[in-house]
Amino acid sequence: MSAAERFVAQGSAVGAVGASSRRRALRRVVASVPGAAGLAVTVLVVAVGAAAPLLAPNDPFAIDGPPLHEPTWKYPMGTDALGRDVLSGVLHGTRTSLVVALSVSVMVLVVGAGVGLVSGYRGGWVDDVLMRATETIQVLPRFFLALVVVALLGPGLDRIVLVLGLTSWPLMARVVRAEVLSLRTSEFVEAARALGSSSTRIVLREILPNTVGSASALAGLLAAQVIVIEAGLSFLGLGDPNLISWGAMASDGQQYLRTAWWLPLFPGGAILLAVLGLNLLGDAVTDAVSGRRR
Amino acid sequence: MNREYLFRRLAQLVPTVAAILLASFFLLHLAPGDPVLALAGENGDAAYYAAMRERFGLDRPLGSQLGTYVGNVLRGDLGNSYVQGRPVADLITERLPATLLLTGSALVISSLAGVAMGIFSARRSGRWPDFTMNAAALAVYAAPVFLVGQLAILLVALRTGWFPVQGMSSADSEASGARHALDVAHHLALPALTLASQETAVVSRLTRVGVVDELDRDYVRTARAKGVGERGVLYRHALRRPLLPVVTVLGGRAGHLLSGAVLVEVVFGWPGLGRLLVTAIQTRDAPVVLGIFLLVAIMVVVANFVTDLLYSWLDPRIRYA
Repeated sequence: MSAAERFVAQGSAVGAVGASSRRRALRRVVASVPGAAGLAVTVLVVAVGAAAPLLAPNDPFAIDGPPLHEPTWKYPMGTDALGRDVLSGVLHGTRTSLVVALSVSVMVLVVGAGVGLVSGYRGGWVDDVLMRATETIQVLPRFFLALVVVALLGPGLDRIVLVLGLTSWPLMARVVRAEVLSLRTSEFVEAARALGSSSTRIVLREILPNTVGSASALAGLLAAQVIVIEAGLSFLGLGDPNLISWGAMASDGQQYLRTAWWLPLFPGGAILLAVLGLNLLGDAVTDAVSGRRR
Repeated sequence: MNREYLFRRLAQLVPTVAAILLASFFLLHLAPGDPVLALAGENGDAAYYAAMRERFGLDRPLGSQLGTYVGNVLRGDLGNSYVQGRPVADLITERLPATLLLTGSALVISSLAGVAMGIFSARRSGRWPDFTMNAAALAVYAAPVFLVGQLAILLVALRTGWFPVQGMSSADSEASGARHALDVAHHLALPALTLASQETAVVSRLTRVGVVDELDRDYVRTARAKGVGERGVLYRHALRRPLLPVVTVLGGRAGHLLSGAVLVEVVFGWPGLGRLLVTAIQTRDAPVVLGIFLLVAIMVVVANFVTDLLYSWLDPRIRYA
């Protein structure tokens, strides 16, 4: 079971969440050691991605030093077979992972939350149809589907994002739906209904804001999965050939394992760090939102 | 397990398999170029193309083509590899055993090791061995499987020389029978452990949480008060409920393992479906790529189905909602 599936298993019933309880949830995240660590690492990774051109000592594509040079002060992560600076590559590679993770998360939030809201609030046959579709898509092996699409249509970040976005939303839909089901009969929704609010207004103004916590926690966990999948695809040579990607760098290192340990290690370590940060943060937000203590 | 559940779950299987077939059919048609080239290769002559067009019904409307395609797939006809010219089904059959051996071993290793580690952690809950195991599980869970494999090669195989780095058997070995099996097992050890690592972390965390919760229950206190030993409490009583979720994730884990196997096969040069897939992608061998996708997707769906049935058999409270 992935972290994200565990998340669903735990379920998360919340009451009405106002701005103050949202602040309280955030404080709970920061107060736990794993939560604070996850937040710090995630902020660091995003900052590195944003500032990569400023931070990188070299042009990641430039042939700059001797080939396969060990890590030294000048090249803290060594150089690759062509003499390119590995550190600069790792810094720039952050952007590729973040772009994919962020775009897929947005798609997942839009599609998943949309399906979950409609399914949970409308109920009946609409719910039945949407949930059967959700289950059908949920069992498709995402990595293989993305692999086949890229293999047949040619490489490109756009199609990787599209495939992963279109296949990663089912879990989000189920989480949001579960929240809606528990919120639908809550007192403040009843009150809004009694005051004559329209269904659209109730869903958008009363219910949607209360699903933000668990939806964003899940989005973080799914983003971590997406980073791993993109890395796997580019490891197999299916990433965007015009972009620097951690997976592709690790794959370049595969043939020099005996001579240049730094080539696969640093990009692989970067993936580990980014994924670990998102997982810790996602778990901590889940705990904070569901008011659970470990 | 009641029969109604079985039938409703079976009925759910049909749209999923249909979705997979549809996806694969449309991918074949979306791929740039004439689908007959994708199916038959670029070095055929006009007569061969005509024969292939007729066999796959490419001269007819799309709907009728879909029917032919589905019919062919259901009969096990996945077209011919256009690089090797042989039926895709044959190529897959040759490579499948290696991948099944790898993923099967990883499934067994991760189940046993995961449960054992979870129990180890739970019995030391809140103390440093538990803390260390948790941290290790988090790190392994976050590590991409190719990094784990590369580390295993760097730190274990190359450093000690105890394990081979590539392949499934020694090239010069003509051993057969038990010696050959031992040789394969020797080659299998590192790839299988690598593939199993992440799932071991998942199972161990799952088991740990379950056992810790369970040891806190009243009946456990009663059993202890009656004088049942700590081992008896654990193995006779407290392990039953926590093992249920371990069973429920079997299907999903089979899917993760099959995906991971592609990467592990590349890292360790293991001659399975993953390597076949990667070669097919590099040579733009569309029928092989799609054939492997179809097989793996259906295997994953069936694994999920079997898991659900197993779960409802183990826990009669589960019913189709």
